Amino acid sequence: MFEELIKKPAAWLTGEGKNSEIVLSSRVRLARNISSIPFPSVAIPEEREKIISFVNKAVQKSSFLNGGKVHNSSEIPKLDKDFLVERHLVSPEFMRGSNNKALYIGEEEKISLMINEEDHVRIQALNSGLEIKSTFELADKVDTELSNTLEFNFDPDFGYLTSCPTNAGTGMRASVLIHLPGLVLTKEIENVISQVTKLGLTVRGFYGEGSDVLGNLFQISNQTTLGKSEEDLIESLEKVTNQIIEYENNSRKTLYSEAKEQIEDKIWRAFGILRSARVITSTEVTNLLSALRLGLGMGTIKEIPLGLINQILLISFPAHLQKYLNKEMEPNERDILRAELIREKLKSSI
Amino acid sequence: MLCDDCKNNNATIQVTQIINNDKMTLNLCQKCAEKRGFRSPFEGVPFPLAEFLSSMITASAKTGDKPHTKTVIETRCPGCGMSFTEFAQKGRLGCGGCYKAFRPQLKDLLRKIHGSDSHRGKIPNLPGKEMTHLREERKLQEELKKAIEEENFEMAARIRDKIKGLQTEK
Repeated sequence: MFEELIKKPAAWLTGEGKNSEIVLSSRVRLARNISSIPFPSVAIPEEREKIISFVNKAVQKSSFLNGGKVHNSSEIPKLDKDFLVERHLVSPEFMRGSNNKALYIGEEEKISLMINEEDHVRIQALNSGLEIKSTFELADKVDTELSNTLEFNFDPDFGYLTSCPTNAGTGMRASVLIHLPGLVLTKEIENVISQVTKLGLTVRGFYGEGSDVLGNLFQISNQTTLGKSEEDLIESLEKVTNQIIEYENNSRKTLYSEAKEQIEDKIWRAFGILRSARVITSTEVTNLLSALRLGLGMGTIKEIPLGLINQILLISFPAHLQKYLNKEMEPNERDILRAELIREKLKSSI
Repeated sequence: MLCDDCKNNNATIQVTQIINNDKMTLNLCQKCAEKRGFRSPFEGVPFPLAEFLSSMITASAKTGDKPHTKTVIETRCPGCGMSFTEFAQKGRLGCGGCYKAFRPQLKDLLRKIHGSDSHRGKIPNLPGKEMTHLREERKLQEELKKAIEEENFEMAARIRDKIKGLQTEK
């Protein structure tokens, strides 16, 4: 399944959009529930099927959405599920336990709908780079399109009603995935995180909640969803993100002026390992690519384009690697073939 | 390093959580990590939201301390049959009707989570008198904001009165 997707970069890794060397992607999720039907965790299978068919109808009726396709998650094999998680089209939670759930993927993968995750519908809009506002506008348009057919649960005081009260109100979670090696190396990151959390935003490591940070990638999102308008929440996320980009650039300047050789050494060693390794895990690749991405940003390595860094990152993820090589493999075999594939990709550069 | 939970096996997993400003680090062995519901970083480590919420809810029920609190907690939602105690355990509500059934408790909880209990965002284009009112009020509030920005205080006062009128009608 999804063979047509593997040939293309994932929407969050096209390298397009503003500041895409530092901000990998912008994402907006809206939680919505259809009136008069219990939330997914309580609904019986027949009701969950009803939700899928309602959303499917709403998609068909919308000329904006009917180019995409609804897939029943019971039809999606395990490998393809992991593949979709790696492409950031669905949450890992969505793919756990697959009864009466469905997924819609729009053209170019910029829009997706998770049906019967924690809420009846989770609308997601995704763009590469710092594009929070246009990403929100896209999600908002999808919501309006769906509302033409579906009646969403709404309360004049509490706004959109969601299964978990932490999402009530706007139902909106807007986030950016941001690469901050400078702040990590200068140990300023803790400081920045504590400042950001004071401003009503949450900072998480790459790969979701509470996880240890991978590849110096952080996810910043709004913590609250009620009491402020979508526009205000978006504006505050955008402002803070711009501020963090400035801090990151400043710490890179500090690193360059105070420890140029050490930083360049780190970058070139990362390149050396990627170009010569015989066995390599996806985690190691993610961490080494962080150094290459930094090298590209600081002008140390000019020969490797951002597109290639993004491509290697994506095809190194376990499910992507297997889909890319069209072969299901055990972890040990994957690590060997991953190393081989990366050597091949980097052969032509420098 | 030994596992923080069982103090027996070697800790192989470090879990760091930042909630508001408080950072908490746990060193766990594979078994204890799984017991707590943490999986490998690649599967995404779920944040024990239900636990966190239920501790918040229980705390708020305790601080309520009024004699009627207990009976209020046992209210069941007529839509899905969920009780507030069940919600406190699960951290998830059963249906939209729960927001009506547990209104006072949820108002309190929403204020704790979001610092607010009133929606300021998008209003869907739904029918009904209440929704029309809401849209009208929102429009007036925007006009009020604009009038104040333009220092047109006479206009602002007129709009404010209109909003008051709408609110008393409700």
